[in-house]
Amino acid sequence: MPLDKAVGATVGVMPDTANHSLAVRFQNVARHFGAVRAVDSVDLEIRAGEFFAMLGPSGSGKTTCLRLVAGFEQPDRGHIEIFGETVEGVPAYRRNVNTVFQDYALFPHMTVLDNVAYALRIRGLGKADRYGKARKALALVQLEGYDDRRPVQLSGGQRQRVALARALVGEPKVLLLDEPLGALDLKLREQMQVELKELQQRLGITFVFVTHDQSEALSMSDRLAVFNEGRIVQIGTPEDIYERPCNRFVAGFVGASNVLEPAVAEALCGRAGLYSLRPERIALLGPGLLGPGRAPEADAIQIEGRVESLLYHGATRRLAVAVAGTTLLVSLSAGLAAPPRVGEAVRLGWSRGAMHRMEDA
Amino acid sequence: MSDAALSRGAVEAGGGLGRRLSDLLVTRPRLLLLILLGPPLVWLGVVYLGALFALLLQSFFSIDEFSGLIRYEFTLKTYGELLQPANLDIILRTVTMAACVTLAAAAIAFPIAYYAARYARGRWKALFYLAVMLPLWSSYLVRVYSWKLILAKEGILNWVVDQLHLTWLLDAVLALPVIGGPSLSISYLGTFLVFLYIWLPFMILPLQASLERVPASLIEASGDLGATPRQAFATVILPLALPGMVAGSIFTFSLTLGDYIIPQIVGSSRLFIGQAVYTHQGIAGNIPLAAAFTVVPIVIMGFYLWGAKKLGAFDAL
Repeated sequence: MPLDKAVGATVGVMPDTANHSLAVRFQNVARHFGAVRAVDSVDLEIRAGEFFAMLGPSGSGKTTCLRLVAGFEQPDRGHIEIFGETVEGVPAYRRNVNTVFQDYALFPHMTVLDNVAYALRIRGLGKADRYGKARKALALVQLEGYDDRRPVQLSGGQRQRVALARALVGEPKVLLLDEPLGALDLKLREQMQVELKELQQRLGITFVFVTHDQSEALSMSDRLAVFNEGRIVQIGTPEDIYERPCNRFVAGFVGASNVLEPAVAEALCGRAGLYSLRPERIALLGPGLLGPGRAPEADAIQIEGRVESLLYHGATRRLAVAVAGTTLLVSLSAGLAAPPRVGEAVRLGWSRGAMHRMEDA
Repeated sequence: MSDAALSRGAVEAGGGLGRRLSDLLVTRPRLLLLILLGPPLVWLGVVYLGALFALLLQSFFSIDEFSGLIRYEFTLKTYGELLQPANLDIILRTVTMAACVTLAAAAIAFPIAYYAARYARGRWKALFYLAVMLPLWSSYLVRVYSWKLILAKEGILNWVVDQLHLTWLLDAVLALPVIGGPSLSISYLGTFLVFLYIWLPFMILPLQASLERVPASLIEASGDLGATPRQAFATVILPLALPGMVAGSIFTFSLTLGDYIIPQIVGSSRLFIGQAVYTHQGIAGNIPLAAAFTVVPIVIMGFYLWGAKKLGAFDAL
């Protein structure tokens, strides 16, 4: 497959300076729209061949960062490099970076095949040549036999594949994906998550993926950056981010969490400080409720509480338990024999290690 | 809970006549459609198409040279008359003018429409609509006459040209064969300028509407895939704006084909189709020839639309 070969070549010929193993590098980058600081002092290093996710609520600056890489926006301040090359002042059409747009942005007046072959047509490739490559790209995303359809005749999932093939056919060094799965239904989204991940590993291209869906970011990326209010709050592997959120925002945005205020934490474990405690790390203690292997350790923290509400989520049950000074969210496996009822007194326990100390901010 | 609330059934009891009528129309959408579309369809079918058909029929009659009365027999004699060199000249002149006006209107309208669709927001957009529509609020005749004054030898344009010491340039342009003349107000160039001014809004508005429907992401996508702005224009923006451009050109082209006032007020005294129709049905009383002349723009527009469809102008609709 020519795509594989070309990408392998770009990886192979890279000089051994440390800088060049970086796909994208942001140094103190800012982009303001009037008074709105869309991106406000961002430092970022995305490694070559990495699946990197930018996660954040809407308006947090993640999409603007992606557009800065694509070349649709120019930074007001700071420095951006793509594979060691400075790209300030370089327009999108001269960057070897392609984008899968949120709305797919397929050309409505062209067939599927012409859409995919567009980048090659712009480069002046002959018809046979570019259609051959376009068909290969379509095969890569498993969309064959739709060559002559128009985008309007395709389903959302098929359009997504066309957009992907169109962005990949030019053999970009970095593929940017702007919430590409947002418009798909749940089943298809999960399937595409797996396929995208596989595709990325097969091609070895750097994928930069923007999403507001924390589970998507956690399950797909090698590393991710959590954005808030134009800044990166935390960068790390999915485990880093989930297990060791650096502050209240990350703890609350990535998964559900119990944020324990310093006073509460001091009462519970004797150490004042802001702590994060994931709901699934809390066990329900009591006769008949304790599964094997879930016995609390010697230094475990135990506390009495009363069930305030109970929500059934299929695989889990979510309990809100009122304890001294706060309400704790507890996630229980739904297979539990006899779940507690609302108003019932329960005993909760967790190991000391389940509590993660965060910045106070 | 009160008794009244308890007594309410699953279906509320029917009210007055108005309520029952609205129930009927909501549950039978086809009936509503028929009521809404019926009258305009009758109007279109009977009055509009009927008149058109009557016109077409007239063109197959002929006029008796001696009595000047219309002979109601099928004949192609009138069309034979239409194809005489003098009349062909009129047709060719009008079609050339319409084509020039359409091309120039498209060229001028595009940047304006593009700006309005892409960049103008809020107050600037309102200003755009006002600027484009405002001339349409004043009388057509007043605008044409004011252009006659602007373009006249003693007019303001000549004065400005004189102040700029460019009279030699204007004289050179007016000395050109065919399009020139003694002054701008008595030349094809003048007629062209007035046509262009009068019909320009009809090109700008549909063009702006079609450009508005092109998502900004499509233009970004073409740049992202390596297209320079020029290539993006040729491969994405222009094809997607083409339906609007064709819609606008239908206006500018057909309006120029049929107009009989502008060439009469501004321009050389040579006839355009509209004037020919006007003269034949009025003073000369030759209704069949006038009808035959009117058929010309219809046929031309038919070919024009067919050609536009062949070129794929409506593919993006």
